Order: sequence, then structure tokens, then C-alpha cells
Amino acid sequence: MQQLIYFFQKFKYFLFFLMLQFIALGLSFNNLNFQKSKFVNSANAVTGGFYNKASNISSYFNLKEVNTSLLEENRLLRTQLHQNKYNNIAIDSTIIDTLKYLQKFTYTSAKIINNNYTNAFNFLTINRGEKHGIEKEMAVINSKGIIGVTDNVNANYTRVQSILNENSKLNARLKNSRYFGTLQWNGKDYNTVQLIDIPRQAPIEIGDTIETGGKSAIFPEGILIGKVINVNSNKTVNNAIDVQLFNDMSNLEPVYVVKNLHKIAIQSIENIQDE
Amino acid sequence: MNKKIYFLILFVVLVFSQVFVFNNILFLGYVNPYLYIAFIFLYPLNKNRFLFLFLSFLLGLSVDFFLDSGGIHAFATLTIGYLRLFFIKVYLKKYEIDYPFFKLHAEAFGKVFNYVVTLTLIHHFILFSFANFSFQNITHVLLNTLLSSVFTLLLYFLAIFIFTKKQ
Repeated sequence: MQQLIYFFQKFKYFLFFLMLQFIALGLSFNNLNFQKSKFVNSANAVTGGFYNKASNISSYFNLKEVNTSLLEENRLLRTQLHQNKYNNIAIDSTIIDTLKYLQKFTYTSAKIINNNYTNAFNFLTINRGEKHGIEKEMAVINSKGIIGVTDNVNANYTRVQSILNENSKLNARLKNSRYFGTLQWNGKDYNTVQLIDIPRQAPIEIGDTIETGGKSAIFPEGILIGKVINVNSNKTVNNAIDVQLFNDMSNLEPVYVVKNLHKIAIQSIENIQDE
Repeated sequence: MNKKIYFLILFVVLVFSQVFVFNNILFLGYVNPYLYIAFIFLYPLNKNRFLFLFLSFLLGLSVDFFLDSGGIHAFATLTIGYLRLFFIKVYLKKYEIDYPFFKLHAEAFGKVFNYVVTLTLIHHFILFSFANFSFQNITHVLLNTLLSSVFTLLLYFLAIFIFTKKQ
């Protein structure tokens, strides 16, 4: 017993150090696990509040660019709207039952208040939370393309796992031929992501557009991602293709959070098939 | 009492300057200084180390909270917080009797330089290896460690030069 007390007496600082070190290690590992909820994240009231204040000031500096991009998006949506009207007249003979509940996605506008893109595991913070109906695993997009998936939700702020995170994997396809693969990031260049496991017979040209595949319950179908800049022409095992993002991930501000209203229905069906 | 308030203010100022200023510098696209570890160098030596170890853990953790990095800053900062006394013994030849009268920047510059450089390199190496979390981009880790260390050290000695009073 005396030996034990002597041991603790002698190594008390080292033991204290080890204890804190294990806590830090635990938090680090926990942070990389998408399924678990995290204690240390920037979406809490204190850090989120500070980021929000800082972002309120710094957002004035790129007001001009943000305005231009929003105007561009409006133009695009207006064009699509008129196309839609014209189509409706053309297919007048089919009856559209307006009482049927057809909406599949709802969009919430948000602002990025903290942006990281230089690490291997990047996260963003947005100024929307549970109060605004945000939940875990919702898609975050903007007019130019995809940004990430919501990860940790607090009352007012949400942490988003960026596509520039080595743990992010999502379904993507070629726009013209509809062959699909998995989109991930190798942690090197923040403008380039990799599309892997695309079938070898798929015809791929440099400059082809990549979009979301719609084979997940998170992202809507056909959201733009980027264009092919490098094809390895079947030289590697996973047939990786370099894709340059349409988004400049270092300069983001207004975003939309997409909620899939059919998510629970889709997941319940998928789970039955698994068993 | 006066000293406690001084270090409390230093703690807060270092965390906020790290999060809102130094983390947005991104020199050459990815090099940032991590100046918050100046707290580890400047905090007075004490025989009882519990408070200091806890403070260095807390310092790292507060940076982690802002940067969404889990616990890697806490891990790296705590490590150099623990190793500090060992390097004081090695480079500056100070023992427990000298602690109450010890002032880092009253020592010879060469010794202080060695001490600060060693701790900074250890901290940055641990930080970037954990941030990378694989052996794939090891050259990137080493390059980042080197460049960021140079940046941190430059800023640290510049700040010390500006803020210390001339006798």
C-alpha cells in the first residue's frame, strides 16, 4: 500500500498528464466519426456566436461578388421558370393532380460563418440550427454546386462536414452518360476532388460535367459538382478521375440547406432489404 | 494577484488572435503561424504543475473548439506543456530552487532560442501529423511543420522584441 502511495506521489504529474492526453486523444478520434455526436465543435453557442459576429463584419468585404453570384442565380432560375411554363402548355393533355403531395425537397437559406479548406478534415459552420429545422445529414449546396453534409446541430448553429474532408463520400455521376461513381477527396488541392469506381466502359472526356447522382437520401439529383480535368485511362485500381469543382471552396457565403421529405421512407425501405 | 489577471488576459488574447487573425493568414495558400503556444513559454515556472498542465490543455481545447479539430491542439499543447521543464533543465540549467526568480527573456538569447525552437517544432510536428492522420502525405506534414514553425518563431521573437521593456 505504501509502495502504491509512493508511486502515485512520485508520478502524480505524469499520471495527470496522461489522463488529459487520453481525453484529448478520445476527442480527436471522436471528431472523425460521422455517426457520433461531438462535444468539441464550433456549432455551440459561444464559438458560433463569436464566428457570427466576425462574419457580420467580414461579409461586407465581398458584398459585391455575392451580389453578382445571386443575380446570376436569379437569372438562371428565371430562365428555367419560363421553360417550365412553356412545357406545361405543350403537355396540356396530361392531367396534373395538384392535390397530390409532389414536393420532395425543401430549401433553407443559410450563411457560412466559418470556413476551413486547408486541413485534411475540413468543417464549416453555418448560422442555422434546430430552431430553423436543420437536422443531421442534410445536404448543403449553393448555386454553383455542392458544399457538404450537416454533421452536428445545435440550437442556432450547425457544423457542416465539407466535401473537402477525407471522410466525405457521396454518389456522383457523369451528366451525359449517367455512369455513376463515388466522389471523395485526397486532401491535397482544395479545387480538385476525385471520382472513383466509375465503370471502365464509361466514355469520359476531359471537360465532362459531373453532377450528383440522386442515389442517396441526402442530395437531390442533378446538382452540379464540377468538370473532369484529368483522366487516368484505366491505369489505376479504382479508376480515379480528377474533378475540378465549380465552387471556389475558399470563398463561400450564402448557401442552401436541403431537406429531403422522403428521407425516412427511403431509409426504411433500404433497411428492410438489408435484413 | 496582478500576475494572475495578466496571464488570464494573455490566454484570452492569444486564443482570439489565433482564431480570428493568425488562422486566416494562409501564406502561400496553407502556412499559418500558431502563436498561441507563446503562453507555454511565458507562463512562470512552478513547483506545483497541476494548474499549468490543466491550463495548457484548456488553451489547446479552446482553439480546438473554434477550429473543429477535435482534440489535436489540446494534445500537442499539453505535450509541450509537460516537456517544458525537461528542456529548461537541458538548455537553461535551471532547477527547482531557481523557479521563483526565473525570467525566460533575462537569459542568454542563444539558449532561449534553442529552447523555444525545440518546443515549437515538437508542437507543430504533433499538430500536423494528427491533422493529417495518415502516412500518405508525410512530406506535406514535414514541409508544413517547417514553414509554420519559421512563421511562428518569427512572429514570437518579433512580439517579444516589441513588447518587452528596455532597461
